[in-house]
Amino acid sequence: MNSPAYISLRDVVFSRSGRRIFDGVSLDIPRGKVTAIMGPSGTGKTTLLRLIGGQLKPDSGSVVLDGHDVPKLKRKALYRLREKIGMLFQSGALFTDLSVFENVAFPLRVHTELPEDMIRDIVLMKLEAVGLRGARRLMPSELSGGMTRRVALARSIALDPELIMYDEPFAGQDPIAMGVLVKLIHDLNSSMGLTSVLVSHDVPESLSICHYACIISDGKVIGEGTPEQLRAHPSEKVQQFLQGQPDGPVPFHYPAAGVAQDFELSGGVS
Amino acid sequence: MIDRIAAFGRLGLDVVSSFGRSGRFLAGVLAGVPRPATGFPLLLKQLYAVGVLSLAIIVVSGLFIGMVLGLQGFTILSDYGSEAAIGQMIALTLVRELGPVVTALLFAGRAGSALTAEIGLMKATEQLSSMEMMGVDPLRRVIAPRLWAGFIAMPVLAVIFSVVGIWGGMLVGVDWLGVFEGSFWGNMQSSVDFVDDVLNGVIKSIVFGFVCAWIAVYQGYDCVPTSAGISSATTKTVVYSSLAVLGLDFVMTAVMFGDF
Amino acid sequence: MAQRTTEIIVGLFMVAGCAALLFLALQVSGLSPKSAESTYTIFADFNDTGGLTPRGRVSMAGVTVGAIESISLNKDTFQARVEMSIHSDIDNIPSDSSAVIRTSGLLGEQYIDISIGAEMDSLKEGDTFYSTQSAMNLERLISNFASGR
Repeated sequence: MNSPAYISLRDVVFSRSGRRIFDGVSLDIPRGKVTAIMGPSGTGKTTLLRLIGGQLKPDSGSVVLDGHDVPKLKRKALYRLREKIGMLFQSGALFTDLSVFENVAFPLRVHTELPEDMIRDIVLMKLEAVGLRGARRLMPSELSGGMTRRVALARSIALDPELIMYDEPFAGQDPIAMGVLVKLIHDLNSSMGLTSVLVSHDVPESLSICHYACIISDGKVIGEGTPEQLRAHPSEKVQQFLQGQPDGPVPFHYPAAGVAQDFELSGGVS
Repeated sequence: MIDRIAAFGRLGLDVVSSFGRSGRFLAGVLAGVPRPATGFPLLLKQLYAVGVLSLAIIVVSGLFIGMVLGLQGFTILSDYGSEAAIGQMIALTLVRELGPVVTALLFAGRAGSALTAEIGLMKATEQLSSMEMMGVDPLRRVIAPRLWAGFIAMPVLAVIFSVVGIWGGMLVGVDWLGVFEGSFWGNMQSSVDFVDDVLNGVIKSIVFGFVCAWIAVYQGYDCVPTSAGISSATTKTVVYSSLAVLGLDFVMTAVMFGDF
Repeated sequence: MAQRTTEIIVGLFMVAGCAALLFLALQVSGLSPKSAESTYTIFADFNDTGGLTPRGRVSMAGVTVGAIESISLNKDTFQARVEMSIHSDIDNIPSDSSAVIRTSGLLGEQYIDISIGAEMDSLKEGDTFYSTQSAMNLERLISNFASGR
């Protein structure tokens, strides 16, 4: 229990369809804390979660989760390990042909042999935790975006995981739903003592609940530390990202030929 | 020029690798023996979606095809004064060829495309991924019941198709055009053999069911998870299934009935 | 409820499939449960079987009394040996009967017709016809006629 890092990534290199997404990322995620992984869109934050969950394998480097070397695990061991992991997908990923109740009951039915009334109790407890006990008979298509994510959250904590990964939980949410989610993530972490990994590019919300954060850009970790450390970080890139400046080390313009050349202004006469 | 050859080679490699992937996919689906307690209700649900819901189109098309066969057969056979052979002609065409083949084509259009779209959408909305992260293998949970349902439903549908078609042919031939009912059935019975004709037809439809269901679930599972990707995967399902059915039909006909 | 309804409907679907297969078996291919009735085997040697095929019918006075099981070449006599199974209740075929290959209609399928002899003894399991008459070959008949022989 005294190992400092629950998940540690060492020199992870990963490329997809010829593009290098991670170029030697090393990262430690402490046990029992909320860790935020931030970075501009398209830097492979979701890919990072998939690497941790073993859905993708790195080209080189190691991903160690609670003492297991994830990429080297056999199928069976990997599936057993995943029972300890909850993951909240960006879209919620509820099963559209099942009701809210059945969605939350799904992992219980698959992984446990509990009797029906016990499953009912657990499901209602989890739905109560996200405040949607009254919505159990609805179908996923009848839910709003924020409710979908809360149901998905209830589903991912149904088996009382040790680790929960949030993939962009705040993206596209209205301020109230966002506030609810921030509160839920914080409460779940403090009441259940689970390790949380939060992938997001919503800086203020993420920094408000995380104990520890790291910023990834261009396949590398460019800054890490507690929120206070990050706010005082010397790197210009980190500051640009945190403050949302349109131009800086990350240029506003996509690399292109010179303006004059592109608009054929250099010759004067055509 | 070199570029073209290279592109052609890459295309070939793509085709071969997609064969490889679909084979590995199939092995993954069939490897797990589902627990009867959880597997059976899932299979039942898919049998309903794939089989029962396809019944209407199968029955209606079977009826019409049988009636058309009756009309056309009568016109041709009456030139030779042997209208009585109409029963034999209808039964043999339906049981050997049209039953399995037309059912498979309709199945690919009706059920195969729906399977592809459903699985593709599940992939696009990350349902498959989330299942995987919950420690549930989507190949066994989602794909396997659909594959088995297609495999089981196809022969049942094909047999029903043949029976309805024969009935439709009888309707036209006997009740409408006045062929003597005794010779209609008698000719049929003396020329149709249960093992050689009926069972071979059933074997054909089992093979078609397997191939169509495999193509449908594989295209869904392998699709690019965008709306364009799903629509192209659905198209591919129908096109590939139809081609596979017609090609395999030729091969199997040659093997089964070739020594006549 | 919903699960139960699905079960019943799918069950009906499978039953419909079985019924359809049964229909194909009994009504369409004429596979009657009676066909398992006992038979006995007799043989006939022909010089030329023409277009005779296994499963073809064996008849007496136009009534089907059995079926052709197999046709093979007798390597000693270079004749075709036809094995046929005859229904057990037809147990009094005179032993000097002959087997004749005939054609139903001008272009129809060929079958074996047994023309009755006069002996009191009858053919038993494993017996061979004493006399046979080979298939009439239309082509040979025409060429014989044309060449005046």
